[in-house]
Amino acid sequence: MDATTAITGFVALYIFMLAAFTGYEIIGRVPAILHTPLMSGSNFVHGIVVVGAIWALLNAATPLEQTIGFIGVLLGAGNAAGGYVVTDRMLDMFKSSDRQD
Amino acid sequence: MVSFLIAAAFFVATLLFIYGLKRMASPVTAPSGIRVAGWGMVIAVAAAFLYAFDVRPAASEHLGTNFLLALVALGIGVAWAWRSGKRVEMTGMPQMVALYNGMGGGAAAAIAAVELYSGNAQHYGFVVTVLALVGGLIGAVALSGSIVAWAKLDGRLKRTLRFSTQQLVNGGLLALAALFALYVLIVGAGGVPTTGITLFFIAALVLGVLLTTPIGGADMPVVISLYNAFTGLAVAFEGFVLQNPAMIIAGTVVGSAGTLLTFLMAKAMNRSVSNVIFSNFGEEDDGSGGIEGSMKSVDASDAAISMYYGSKVIIVPGYGLAVAQAQHKLYEFVKLLQKQGVEVAFAIHPVAGRMPGHMNVLLAEAGIPYDIIHDLEDINEEFALSDAALVIGANDVVNPAARTNESSPIYGMPILNVDYAQQAFVVKRGQGRGYSGVENELFFADNTHMVYGDAQKVMVEMIEAVKSLG
Repeated sequence: MDATTAITGFVALYIFMLAAFTGYEIIGRVPAILHTPLMSGSNFVHGIVVVGAIWALLNAATPLEQTIGFIGVLLGAGNAAGGYVVTDRMLDMFKSSDRQD
Repeated sequence: MVSFLIAAAFFVATLLFIYGLKRMASPVTAPSGIRVAGWGMVIAVAAAFLYAFDVRPAASEHLGTNFLLALVALGIGVAWAWRSGKRVEMTGMPQMVALYNGMGGGAAAAIAAVELYSGNAQHYGFVVTVLALVGGLIGAVALSGSIVAWAKLDGRLKRTLRFSTQQLVNGGLLALAALFALYVLIVGAGGVPTTGITLFFIAALVLGVLLTTPIGGADMPVVISLYNAFTGLAVAFEGFVLQNPAMIIAGTVVGSAGTLLTFLMAKAMNRSVSNVIFSNFGEEDDGSGGIEGSMKSVDASDAAISMYYGSKVIIVPGYGLAVAQAQHKLYEFVKLLQKQGVEVAFAIHPVAGRMPGHMNVLLAEAGIPYDIIHDLEDINEEFALSDAALVIGANDVVNPAARTNESSPIYGMPILNVDYAQQAFVVKRGQGRGYSGVENELFFADNTHMVYGDAQKVMVEMIEAVKSLG
């Protein structure tokens, strides 16, 4: 896709390993009260898939590829937008005693 | 120049995702965390349209149409999800998360399909084709499985489809999908086996449905979390196929975080993840025999007044509270108790609600501050020191059978020690059993009194009773 950022072989494995530890560390220290928003938040983050779907659709050469690409972008956009709205609404509600009016 | 811009945009987006998730790890910084991650997404999507400057030769004549199609799909997807996300009730949140997650899995599967049907993946060799196939399989399972999970939680699918040879059939389907994948890999070296690819995806989609239908509603949170991790992995694999580092990193982070979260949830229910997926929980309703004593009921007002004159009250909210939309009335009652000098605390079981932390969200919705809300480990010792425990719409999570009755299906699950409190008031709609179908010994205990009625109505009566005392 892009020659300047070729990711193959061990470089790919290194990225995979480091990213996996990052995810583990982020969740491991979270208080239980934030588990639902965080699950929803991580659900939003994998909405990045829409970017790949856009690439696939732009590079589609047949009606079949165009149709599947279109569905992919549609679904990916729903994942990203829905995940964002739902997470934002949930997190907006958390207040501590001294922050109350 | 364009490829540099795209690469730079993805780098910034990835940075914002990780920083945003990190901020989401504390209640104080969490609201800004999602916004930071949101900006990352906007930047990444805008950059994705720059791909138009560098498309494959075969696609260049369709570029105008494809660009328009992408804009339309993006517009429809965002508009629909934005509206549905704004409208959904907080109680309905878990099924919406499931649905959005399924869409992400579907998008990953769609990318795999385009790359396989176009022969693009095969062109880049064996490893890329394997990654595309594995990502496609996981994404398709996450798509159809999440849709079943959504339908179940939303009450659209009531039946639990089970048959004795289920695991055999599932194993067979997986083998079938693997066989088709192998076929694509071997034949794909010379061409594009369209039928093989189609059969592969159909097998994967059916597998997702059959994996999810036998799982009971109580276990659904674990399943949603698992599929969330699945989608993350599928996105990461397709990221490798497309050589897109933002997708690889974001997908992997979610994959590992989601896997950990799934294990934490399963642990809270004292079950292993494989147990959740392969056993038929909720079917056996034994272990109820031999409960002695009878249920005693009490008026809402009497229960309220006795709590009003206590010094420490612990409230155990369950999903029934949220269904009755009684959180706001409950908080009104709590404020009256606090004004009188009663110490009030909330005890949340890890699986209260439909997802871990779901109950915290529902209480937060009513404005209840998070510092009087405690986790099971923090508060379980305090029940013995409290004058009263008020259980509203919760059942299995306070059932002492989990501690004592080895034949009970919930045996071994950590529970809130409501039975150790001086007295317990249980607000409940009727005499039915809990989600797991197990009879609750707590309701028959000497120091337990049942307050029958809709939670909302009961809370109104309690508020009136306390107010009348002046």
